[in-house]
Amino acid sequence: MLEVKSLEAGYGLVQVLRGIDLNVNSGEIVAVLGSNGAGKSTLNNTISGLYKPFAGSIQFEGQEISGMASERIVEMGLVQVPEGRRVFPNLSVLENLEMGSYRRGKGNRAKNIEHILEIFPRLSARLKQLAGTLSGGEQQMVAIGRGLMAEPRLLILDEPSLGLSPLLVEQMFTLIKKINNDGLAIVLVEQNVVQSLAVADRAYVLENGEIALSGPASELIDDAQLKKSYLGI
Amino acid sequence: MLAMNISMMPAAVLNGLMFGAIYALVALGLTLIYGVLHIINFAHGAMLMLALYATFYLFKFAGIDPYLALIIVIPGSYIFGYALYRWGIGKLSHGKDQNILLITLGLSIIFENAAQFFFTADQQTISLSYSYDSFDLGFVYLSYPKVISFVASLVICLMLWWLMATTDLGKAIRAVAKERQGARLVGINVENIYAITYGIGIACLGAAGCLLLPSFYVDPYTGNIFVIVAFTIVVLGGMGSIVGALVGGFIIGITESLGGLFLGESLGQIGISLIFILILVFRPTGLFGAKQ
Ligand SMILES: Nc1ncnc2c1ncn2[C@@H]1O[C@H](COP(=O)(O)OP(=O)(O)O)[C@@H](O)[C@H]1O
Ligand SMILES: [Mg+2]
Repeated sequence: MLEVKSLEAGYGLVQVLRGIDLNVNSGEIVAVLGSNGAGKSTLNNTISGLYKPFAGSIQFEGQEISGMASERIVEMGLVQVPEGRRVFPNLSVLENLEMGSYRRGKGNRAKNIEHILEIFPRLSARLKQLAGTLSGGEQQMVAIGRGLMAEPRLLILDEPSLGLSPLLVEQMFTLIKKINNDGLAIVLVEQNVVQSLAVADRAYVLENGEIALSGPASELIDDAQLKKSYLGI
Repeated sequence: MLAMNISMMPAAVLNGLMFGAIYALVALGLTLIYGVLHIINFAHGAMLMLALYATFYLFKFAGIDPYLALIIVIPGSYIFGYALYRWGIGKLSHGKDQNILLITLGLSIIFENAAQFFFTADQQTISLSYSYDSFDLGFVYLSYPKVISFVASLVICLMLWWLMATTDLGKAIRAVAKERQGARLVGINVENIYAITYGIGIACLGAAGCLLLPSFYVDPYTGNIFVIVAFTIVVLGGMGSIVGALVGGFIIGITESLGGLFLGESLGQIGISLIFILILVFRPTGLFGAKQ
């Protein structure tokens, strides 16, 4: 459903991504792994339409979306939960969720909020609380909930486990698997290699703006090169 | 002398409240634009002046009562502000705050000089048949224009508060104010929200222009008088706070009115400067401002 071909992108004169080829099929969890500064967020943000690519193509469900306005891309069902959560700190949890459905109108709003509170029961008691006053883990729940409110067909999660305690990280990956089981395709962008490969179907390893490795997650777990550079074994 | 002044205090407070409501409108536009775009709109005074002239000429050439003109000038100001931002300020600034600042400063110079050229530098006033009618509350006479503008200002503040608190548009505006990238990623067109916010800020000035003209005058520089006061109100109420603008408007209106009563017209303004300094020293975030 997502097909990225020979993508070149970056900021002004600085090129970050060099010839990225990547695809996601419906229903999959695809992990994009890479260390800090590899270009993962640049890739997400270019796909989401925050930056125009220098060259290459990005197709979502057969339609070219490179250079398209970000609100149109959200409307098509390609939604990103960004690194650092980026919840609206001055809006309540409920308002944050409502804003997730900004492009969807109010028809399914109540029903979808109910669904999200089933996934994140912790948020139920905090609906009126300002999102800026929540803990990091709770903010991550709001960010994911807000993303789900947009009724995505493909959800990009940029480092959802960043800054969470080990127990919460564990829960987060379980949850990602659960959301995926409902049929939603997920691009899981992570530095957390082992846990990501455990839930992903396939994975890409990004290094200095290029795809260094790719393949089924089960094969990559055994890959010697990956072990050496990321797991230190 | 002092005893007499004290007996006039309730009347002065009430009068200050009336004028404060119009101040609040001017401050509301300023604080809203600051809260979302993070810039001081230096063209604010010039735009208020344009709104006053629009009201003035609607009355002079079309015979439209200034209060009736609200329904023309408010939407007109909104469209003017929206278009000016969308196709002017926004495009020219390339998203850089300091550019926006300079552009609004340039606009104010252009507007003021254009006004001087087309409308002359003379002070203009209008007189309405009911300008001198008033409500007698026993201890004070309140002229119709003052009461009307007070009520209208309150209604407009209330509508704006309702818009910001309960509608999707209002939530989107607040979202953009604090988290632009997050806003883009839920599908909010941030540039459009900027233009809408600027439009609403200018619409507040449109309302202020209509409400002010019957009890004031207009010349190419009138707007600046109000903007300096409005800036004090914004700092007092807290940059970006709607409630702050309203409460601050009342406080400043009353301060000015009482200052005038006890210290005389020319010294009366001292109270405002004093409040400004005290706020900066003791509570720089303002009464309702978010703590950083
Ligand atoms: N807004 C920006 N302007 C210029 N360079 C940037 C910007 N954001 C990221 N970069 C640079 O792009 C490279 C990739 O960053 P990023 O995509 O954030 O990596 P990752 O998400 O994998 O940690 C880094 O060298 C970073 O310094
Ligand atoms: Mg990143």
